[in-house]
Amino acid sequence: MEQQRIRNFSIIAHIDHGKSTLADRILELTGAVTGRQLREQVLDTMELERERGITIKAQAVRVPWRDHELNLIDTPGHVDFTYEVSRSLQACEGAVLVVDAAQGIEAQTVANAYLAIENDLEIVPVVNKIDLPQADPDAAAREIAELVGDDPNHVLRISAKTGEGIEAVLDAVIERIPAPRGDADAPPRALVFDSAYDQYRGVVAFVRAVDGAFRARDPLRAMAQGTRFEAEEVGFFSPTMSAAEDLGAGEVGYVITGLKDVSRLRVGDTLTSERGPAEEPLPGYKDVKPMVFAGLFPTDSDDYPELRDALEKLKLNDASLFYEPETSQALGFGFRCGFLGLLHMEIVRERLEREFDLDLLVTAPNVAYLVVTKAGEELEVHNPSEMPREVERIEEPYIRASIIVPKDFVGPVMELNTERRGRFDHMEYLSEERVLLVYELPLGEIVLDYSDQLKSRTKGYASFDYDVVGFREGKLERVDVLIAGEPVDALSLIIHRDGAYARGRQLVDRLREEIPRQFFDVPVQAAIGSRVIARETIKAKRKDVLAKCYGGDITRKRKLLEQQKKGKKRMKQVGSVEVPQEAFLAVLNLDGGKK
Amino acid sequence: MSRGGAVRHLYVHLPFCASRCGYCDFVTVVGRGGQHPAYVDALLAELELERGVLAPRLESVFLGGGTPTFTAPGELRRLVGALPDAEEVTVEANPETVTPAVAALLREGGVTRVSLGAQSFQPRLLSVLERRAGPDDVRRAVYALRDVGFDNISLDLVYGIPGQSAADLDADLSEALALEPEHLSCYELEAKQGTRFTHAYGAELARQAEAMESYFERVVARVTAAGYRWYETANFCRQPQLADGRDLRSRHNLAYWRSRDYLGLGIGAVSTIHGRRWRTTPRLGAYLAALAAGERPPREVEELPAPVRRSERVLLGLRLDEPLALAAGLGGAVDWSAVERLEELGLVERGGSADGTLALTTRGRFLGGGVTAELLA
Repeated sequence: MEQQRIRNFSIIAHIDHGKSTLADRILELTGAVTGRQLREQVLDTMELERERGITIKAQAVRVPWRDHELNLIDTPGHVDFTYEVSRSLQACEGAVLVVDAAQGIEAQTVANAYLAIENDLEIVPVVNKIDLPQADPDAAAREIAELVGDDPNHVLRISAKTGEGIEAVLDAVIERIPAPRGDADAPPRALVFDSAYDQYRGVVAFVRAVDGAFRARDPLRAMAQGTRFEAEEVGFFSPTMSAAEDLGAGEVGYVITGLKDVSRLRVGDTLTSERGPAEEPLPGYKDVKPMVFAGLFPTDSDDYPELRDALEKLKLNDASLFYEPETSQALGFGFRCGFLGLLHMEIVRERLEREFDLDLLVTAPNVAYLVVTKAGEELEVHNPSEMPREVERIEEPYIRASIIVPKDFVGPVMELNTERRGRFDHMEYLSEERVLLVYELPLGEIVLDYSDQLKSRTKGYASFDYDVVGFREGKLERVDVLIAGEPVDALSLIIHRDGAYARGRQLVDRLREEIPRQFFDVPVQAAIGSRVIARETIKAKRKDVLAKCYGGDITRKRKLLEQQKKGKKRMKQVGSVEVPQEAFLAVLNLDGGKK
Repeated sequence: MSRGGAVRHLYVHLPFCASRCGYCDFVTVVGRGGQHPAYVDALLAELELERGVLAPRLESVFLGGGTPTFTAPGELRRLVGALPDAEEVTVEANPETVTPAVAALLREGGVTRVSLGAQSFQPRLLSVLERRAGPDDVRRAVYALRDVGFDNISLDLVYGIPGQSAADLDADLSEALALEPEHLSCYELEAKQGTRFTHAYGAELARQAEAMESYFERVVARVTAAGYRWYETANFCRQPQLADGRDLRSRHNLAYWRSRDYLGLGIGAVSTIHGRRWRTTPRLGAYLAALAAGERPPREVEELPAPVRRSERVLLGLRLDEPLALAAGLGGAVDWSAVERLEELGLVERGGSADGTLALTTRGRFLGGGVTAELLA
């Protein structure tokens, strides 16, 4: 198809503002699917996505409309996947920005709109759900117009649920969004904006051809990573896979690579042909690094091989998931996993538990730290127990947080952000009632219970989103926990100097409650280096007897002792102290003590 | 049928009580005076059915309850008269039931030892336990027994009663010791799940747990200082040198702690013979009906494989103040690395030569349950 009649676009929206329903309606209206084929939400392939209303993996569907070829590129809905979102957006020339007529714009709308604007996309603003009784389309239109710098009258008003206004959206896509402007005769270049692993066909790359054309059996190369392969097939989704003769400049589709490992073809890379390769890759490739780390341990240590297999399988489809074996004296064998953010972590955990039927212990998450040792060596530390005790400097990741709240809650939000070492950036009134607050905060202050705190302090009205802005030096300390003088690796944490005492005290108090009394006194301490900052003693037991034991009691007493013995076997040995796994969990789940 | 078995210990359960105490979880039957004769008939019928396992000469007979002395006096007389002779014949009694007549009846029936459920000497605490006897009843019962010539009397005390202060405990011990019993059993009150008592006092007991933690040590210190031997976790007897050289340990209960075989008669009674343990039905109707028909009453049987028997020998044997001899493969029931740890903590002592012996230290005995759980393989 000539580029003049191609339009590539995404739909971007806050969770539950109706992105998937709109996508379904577009597919129906353009005849890409019949009612029977239409599952509730066609583009979301995973069970989990439907339940959470989150789209994890982008895909693209080609639909015909008024003599044009429209490619609808689905984007992940959350900024944990900012980089993936930005690559998907880069494959487009425009975006339909959907806002709920009853809710107005939310933090994610703002974050996504900024991303679209940064990618130079033409934005088609749409107010959805105008059929709802509590809808206020005019107010929502004013907010969205203000956000993207448009005229409120230019904002489309639709109901994806009833189908009202969908044609107008498609017409606006053709009228307002520019056609691609690649060079059909230049050496081929295509942007990889997503990939998936198929058991039979290997890695399938989702691509936007920018210049030239791609055909089956072309020898191809990923320019950043240098991976070479032959295109087994090229094609597009409509919405099922349809092989095509070629993918020409401006078109969106897939390339079957035959590669066996998604990590060899990263999102953002540029494909070119080995026969007459392009000189320059497309701009913007980044090697995304996980920012949030946590230990994943099987509740039952016998499940370790299953956990390893499950992670391997997930990794096939999720190049941003990082994991390496971790042995914890407290929790046994497991994996230290790296995630793009908290939501990514939750999704991985849920998939492991649901799709692989595993019972997991997840340690309190921490962030990645950049460390310069006294010897001048630079390290990246993912696990507090690996933090050197003597350091010159520690840097931690910072985020830019966008928080939208009704104006009455501005005070509590500011207070929370100050407690969390936040730096106020700016504040905007989105309407008379709603305020956007922008702060810079250390990611480490967000990973534990920030969003719970935000919810409780704003009665659930706040919407919150963030993106990582870089690393900055922080006055951070490593706090170790010692039980009967033995440091417990799993309980070490890295925390800002000002919070170290309170947190150390909290840990020690909690452990004192959770560790059963032993045959001897057990001191529990929190320490920074050799300096003890909190201490409690678990007093030795003075009595532990089965009072009566005569002929009729023997079986029951024996069973009691057997049970007691079994309970002991489940305990973890820290030096000479038996600590129940629940004690570690209680502490690791500390999260402000809510669990 | 062989001409005589080897079991030398017989337990007879008399379930009848005047009322049920809130903390009790034994098999008891309240009232039912009309059924006492039928029950004694059934016991004697059961004895005939099982007589083959008993040795010609028994070491001990123990009548427990319930309240054996609540049984109608005529029936009680008929029963003790018909039971086989033994070197030690013990009857449990509630103080208020021990009249001079009952005392005489027991003495004449060949009973050698009476175990009195005193529990406490504080009226306030007795009413918490829902006991019918008052402090004077205990004293009266002891005098009545002494008057007819009993020279082996045991008192049961309970400590850790809701509201019991350390001073209350000391007063109870003084009162009990003043009666110069040959034997004392002191039990910590067990608030068992599901009893009416736990429902009423569980929360209070939890609050007092810390204060009461030292009561066990207090009991042992006080009673041993008064010249008693702490021969089992919860049992004390007067030292031989203060008792004309007599060994006043309960021979019947020693049989349990030494894992000897025993036969139990009556509802809910447990027997352990030749690696097999059974519990007779706790239902009075089913028991009476079966024996009236000349049949064995229903039983719940538990097989005891050799490793289980070895574990039991260790867990029971370590309740005693004598070192446990580890001959005959008993060492296999023990986790030796745990023993080493416990030895370092001063809770366990190894001794002897060859297979050696194992004993708990004094502190180990206070922690006997946990220590035993740990050292069992």
